[in-house]
Amino acid sequence: MTAERSIVPTGSPPASAHRVAELTPDLLLTEEHQMCPGCGEPLALRVLLDTLSQLGVAQRTVAVMGIGCYTSFSGTMDLDLVQALHGRAPSVATGVKRMLPDRVVFTMQGDGDMVNEGLQEVVHTAARGESVTAVLLNNGVFGETGGHMTATSVIGQRTKNTLEGRDAEYHGHPIRIGDLLATLDGSAYVARGSVHNAGAVARTKRMVRRAFESQLRGEGFSFVEILTMCPTGWFVPTAEGPGYMDDTLGQVHTMGELKARPGGGPSDHASGALAPEARPGGGPSDHASGALAPEARPGGGPEGGVGR
Amino acid sequence: MTRRLMEGSEAMAEAAVASGCRFFAGYPMTPFTELLEHLARRLPEVGGVCINAESELEAVGMAWGALATGARAATGSTGQGLSLMQESFSEITLAELPLVVFNMARGQSDYFQATRGGGHGDYRHIVLAPMDIAEAVELTQLAFHLADRWRNPVLVYGDYLLAHTAEAVDVSPMTFAPLPPKDWAVDGSLGGTSRSRTVSSLGVGKVNRPGGGIPAHFEAVVPKQAAITAEEVRVETGFLDDAQHVVVAFGTPAKFVRYVVGQLRAEGVHVGFVRPISLWPFPYEAVAAAAEGVRSVMVFEINGGQMVDDVRIGVQGKAPVVSIGGISTDGSGFGVGPLLDVEVIRGRVEAVVSGQEVPA
Ligand SMILES: Cc1ncc(C[n+]2csc(CCOP(=O)(O)OP(=O)(O)O)c2C)c(N)n1
Ligand code: SF4
Ligand SMILES: [Mg+2]
Repeated sequence: MTAERSIVPTGSPPASAHRVAELTPDLLLTEEHQMCPGCGEPLALRVLLDTLSQLGVAQRTVAVMGIGCYTSFSGTMDLDLVQALHGRAPSVATGVKRMLPDRVVFTMQGDGDMVNEGLQEVVHTAARGESVTAVLLNNGVFGETGGHMTATSVIGQRTKNTLEGRDAEYHGHPIRIGDLLATLDGSAYVARGSVHNAGAVARTKRMVRRAFESQLRGEGFSFVEILTMCPTGWFVPTAEGPGYMDDTLGQVHTMGELKARPGGGPSDHASGALAPEARPGGGPSDHASGALAPEARPGGGPEGGVGR
Repeated sequence: MTRRLMEGSEAMAEAAVASGCRFFAGYPMTPFTELLEHLARRLPEVGGVCINAESELEAVGMAWGALATGARAATGSTGQGLSLMQESFSEITLAELPLVVFNMARGQSDYFQATRGGGHGDYRHIVLAPMDIAEAVELTQLAFHLADRWRNPVLVYGDYLLAHTAEAVDVSPMTFAPLPPKDWAVDGSLGGTSRSRTVSSLGVGKVNRPGGGIPAHFEAVVPKQAAITAEEVRVETGFLDDAQHVVVAFGTPAKFVRYVVGQLRAEGVHVGFVRPISLWPFPYEAVAAAAEGVRSVMVFEINGGQMVDDVRIGVQGKAPVVSIGGISTDGSGFGVGPLLDVEVIRGRVEAVVSGQEVPA
């Protein structure tokens, strides 16, 4: 059997193409990124930067970056920025925020960075109710080191150190970090979005906005987890990334708003995109079971409603 | 000038406040705990913040964030807690952040950790070792100044005795030479202007102003070590003229040694002392000069023999180097052991002077 392969050069647009609109986010210093084709992280970056522009806070924002593939965004975001070590962004962000309490402070971390190396950092930062927004790019692998299991990898997931798939008996169970953080009294807003299709991107953008609005209202710790494709680390063809994600990570780390303070901004309620009544106050009891009841996911997880 | 009776921990906390330190994060551990307690009380009074961090890893991370905004910030622990912080110590040095670290050590066994660093890479911290509370007040203030001057961490090496004994001291702010503005610090104001700033140990800037990249950054930061070595050596010496024996000691034990040497001199024994105040940069030249023509260079340190390595480097074989210190602690492992005693030290110095073996 012979498979025909062709290599499409992506360094420049095809000759027949012409630009019809300029949609580069204001806060991106370049249109290029250094990520793999099909990577979800640049989409999440775009969601984040567009939100900061729309909120008009770019000139009072400090970014604190973790270490993973997304670290290359440190050089492309037009934001004042502190580069932290692997796992350490929440403590660094705490120091920044305590010295600059009227500034918007956020972290960008991956699942390896946040849920493996720095789990206690994010848990305590949330518990302290630190007024920062943590953005997690969750792809269920250490992308940067080449596709190894993280604490969020799902059962059955093949990685370079779970060659036969993650086995609960041998490798343990995944951590649903959003659910964990939502149980803490110090967290004010917790949501899990995704960038695997246009609808998910739109919903995620509203979550990111609500997280920053929560910070601006001084409610406490806010958290948005964004599921991102990593076809390279999943060992799937680029085009299959979104579907693979939907079928695997998306089934365990289900999309939805996990916690919001009742006083959330009226404009967002009006949009109806994220029903706040789904988790009024989002108390610990909602999460005690460890499982997410379907009604806890307004609009459904990846399997339903994301295309709205 | 007003002098007040204060424990060393309180005096060092007051000195930090007088230096303009406005952020501190730490995790309790004997004998560092009281420094944390005093700062937890004092910093909020002056508009600062002190956080009881969830671990030493977060304590140094929080200080990192505060420093990145241009604030004066510090952390501390004992050597054990500092062991946990080493990854950050190394990288924060490459990020050129002016961290001040207090090691309220359980003895003198952290000399290697302080001067060689337990972390990865080519980094050095300026290390200042006060011998008493009055000097700790000065060196704490100097530490904040030097950290800013060199954009390099400075470690203040204290210990149990310093932390827990009281002296009447004056903690008024000292004045130092003016410092350049912290134009590298982030305040969030330059987003979207194409002039946004990055504080990073990797030396990577933004794509529109990329900087030299990682290797060039390492090559740019590391030469500071030579400049610091040239300018920041601090040492006290005494009775070296016509000395036939020299005793080298640092920190609180050096005050005991200085007293013993003074006693012996009064009795006509030709002995002098060298007290490194900066452990890095180490006063190699002062040690070399003191070793010229003497019969022995003794090293009194309360550990298994660490500074003795630096003394040997300084002496360069010009005289025999003899360790007269040793491991000594109380039953708890935190405190002062029987070796830190004027009579015991005197006995050891006299033994070497008269050509006997040092008693074990
Ligand atoms: C203390 C430490 N351990 C390990 C590493 C190596 N390392 C760099 S990136 C990375 C994984 C990053 O994974 P994640 O945060 O999920 O980001 P991704 O690459 O998947 O976007 C690891 C383990 C490191 N930089 N520091
Ligand atoms: S390895 Fe994965 S996360 Fe990293 S750039 Fe490639 S696709 Fe993205
Ligand atoms: Mg990852």
